[in-house]
Amino acid sequence: MRWVITLYLFAGLSLTAPAAGLDCLSCHSEKGAGFQASVHGSLGCTACHADIKVYPHPAQKSQVNCAQCHAGTAADVGASVHAHASPLPCLNCHGNAHEILASSDPKSLTYPQNLPRTCGECHGSRQGNAPEVYSKYIDSIHGFALTKDGLLVAASCSSCHGAHKILSSKNPQSRTNHANVPATCGSCHAGPKTAYMESIHGQMLAAGVEDAPVCTSCHTAHQISDMRDVNTQIKTAATCGGCHKDEYSTYGDTFHAQVSALGYRETARCWDCHGFHDILPASDPNSKIAPAHLVSTCGRCHANANASFVKYDPHADSRNGQKYPLLHAAAIFMNLLLASVLGFFVLHTILWFLRARRASSGPAEAGRSSL
Amino acid sequence: MSNAPIENQAAVPPGSGPRPGTQYYVRFTLGQRYLHAIIGVTFLGLAFTGLPLRFSTAPWARALSNAVGGFGAIISIHKLCAAIMTVAFLTHVGNVAYRIVARREYGLAWGPNSMVPRLKDFQDFFGNMKWFFGLGPQPKFDRYAYWDKVDYWAVFWGMGIIGFSGYAMWFAPFFAKFIPGSWLNVALLIHGEEAILAVGFIFTIHYFNTHLRPGNFPMDLTIFTGRLTEEELKHKHPEEYQRLVESGDLEKYRAERPPLWLNNFGRVVGGTAVAAGIVMLVLMVVAFVKQ
Repeated sequence: MRWVITLYLFAGLSLTAPAAGLDCLSCHSEKGAGFQASVHGSLGCTACHADIKVYPHPAQKSQVNCAQCHAGTAADVGASVHAHASPLPCLNCHGNAHEILASSDPKSLTYPQNLPRTCGECHGSRQGNAPEVYSKYIDSIHGFALTKDGLLVAASCSSCHGAHKILSSKNPQSRTNHANVPATCGSCHAGPKTAYMESIHGQMLAAGVEDAPVCTSCHTAHQISDMRDVNTQIKTAATCGGCHKDEYSTYGDTFHAQVSALGYRETARCWDCHGFHDILPASDPNSKIAPAHLVSTCGRCHANANASFVKYDPHADSRNGQKYPLLHAAAIFMNLLLASVLGFFVLHTILWFLRARRASSGPAEAGRSSL
Repeated sequence: MSNAPIENQAAVPPGSGPRPGTQYYVRFTLGQRYLHAIIGVTFLGLAFTGLPLRFSTAPWARALSNAVGGFGAIISIHKLCAAIMTVAFLTHVGNVAYRIVARREYGLAWGPNSMVPRLKDFQDFFGNMKWFFGLGPQPKFDRYAYWDKVDYWAVFWGMGIIGFSGYAMWFAPFFAKFIPGSWLNVALLIHGEEAILAVGFIFTIHYFNTHLRPGNFPMDLTIFTGRLTEEELKHKHPEEYQRLVESGDLEKYRAERPPLWLNNFGRVVGGTAVAAGIVMLVLMVVAFVKQ
């Protein structure tokens, strides 16, 4: 009797709950191969399609709830900016529900090398939010390292934004919130982070100054360039000048800036003198531009730099007569000289030209005309 | 730069001068012509390589710099031209000093053949002003008119200012031992501004005064051939002509008609220089407008 009950139960279960999915596949055979290769391949169909309890099952579409198993992840997504992404938040990124692969699988949509294209499905087209980030990222040093060189450690989208609990950068909890950027970038770039936190910029951030620059203020968020690239180095002065407007303007008056504008690398730009991540004000004795360090800092380019030589002011302002009386006076003198000499002789030339024309056209003009 | 008459140019082809049988006289010696050529070519080289630096943010600056070979090439040519020009300038100053002091040619220091301004230059200037407005006859100029002297001394002034500031920047750490480092700020400012003055002056006023003005247009070839015709001498330098006739020295300056090749050489070189100057003027105007 016992074996009859066992057989009955077995037969009944196999009808109502096809655990291995073999019976489902007798109709849904097209899902079989992909599903069995997927990360969920060891599960049965009803593990997800839990609302299918009888065969033949109802005609309406089965409701799948990923949160059944992935409760924590689902909660993260629910709290994220993607909570209400349609049609289904999970599948937007993980793709075909029956063919989801582990993110360690090179064919997975969430494999690091594939992730930018996956996110770019929305964030690379005009319909999506922040449509420009994909193209910016792909051309960045991170994008090149990941997609061209195949460096899996290179930052992809989730490295900075997180995967499931992606929050708006306005949210103080967000990994990309202004105040959290150094920690986020620093999770890979520990050295620069340490230097930055000790710099004047890092000190400002720690002191709660709202517009204190963080990594992205200078490097941008997505379009991060290779700083070893000459064309990038040449643009750095304008980057610093975005905040330091007066200094950028006075730098523009110098030979350093003139040479830089011609695209030449071996000339001083902001960080050649000030440093970059470790930047400190001149009043700090550890600063590269502290008076005691000027000879060695200038001497990096100018062999034989001496104490008098470093009295040259790379930010002198000829418009500021109070601070730079000699330079200011020289500027006024040169302007007057140029205006008076050129003005005088241009007038002289015009008068001469007009007179000579008149003299040559009039036959009986007073005076000689052949000169 | 010596007083030696110009070398005899034989084989005069027909049609190279205004009229056959025209008498020519020496105005510039071969040495003076070489000096002018060296100063002129190096000046163009300095201007051509200096403009992209002074106007480095102009839309044409980077392209021009790259066409020459980038900043490294530009600064090398700039320094080379500066060194050659300095040597030419010092040679000239040394030669003039030698002739005045050792050979006692005091006429170089004072008088009608000197570049030193005289009372007559101021009288000529006011006389010329009157003539501009039709209030009198044009003054009778001597060997060097007042604008010739302005041209000459402008180069001296420019050499002093641009040259000194340029060398101060070239050898900045060395010069800083003698001048305060803050003067290096002044050096760049006056180097650039004085260079704009020099370029503006040469490419407009010098070119007009000597080449483009009515009477000389399109070009005065005297600086290339070293010679002018008797007519030109009589009309452009009447005082000098009269003095030479009266003293009987005119014959010493008689010269052959310049050969055709020399005239054509002058036209090509002079035309190129004028064209280069006008191109650079246009570039400067573009830079000012776009600034």
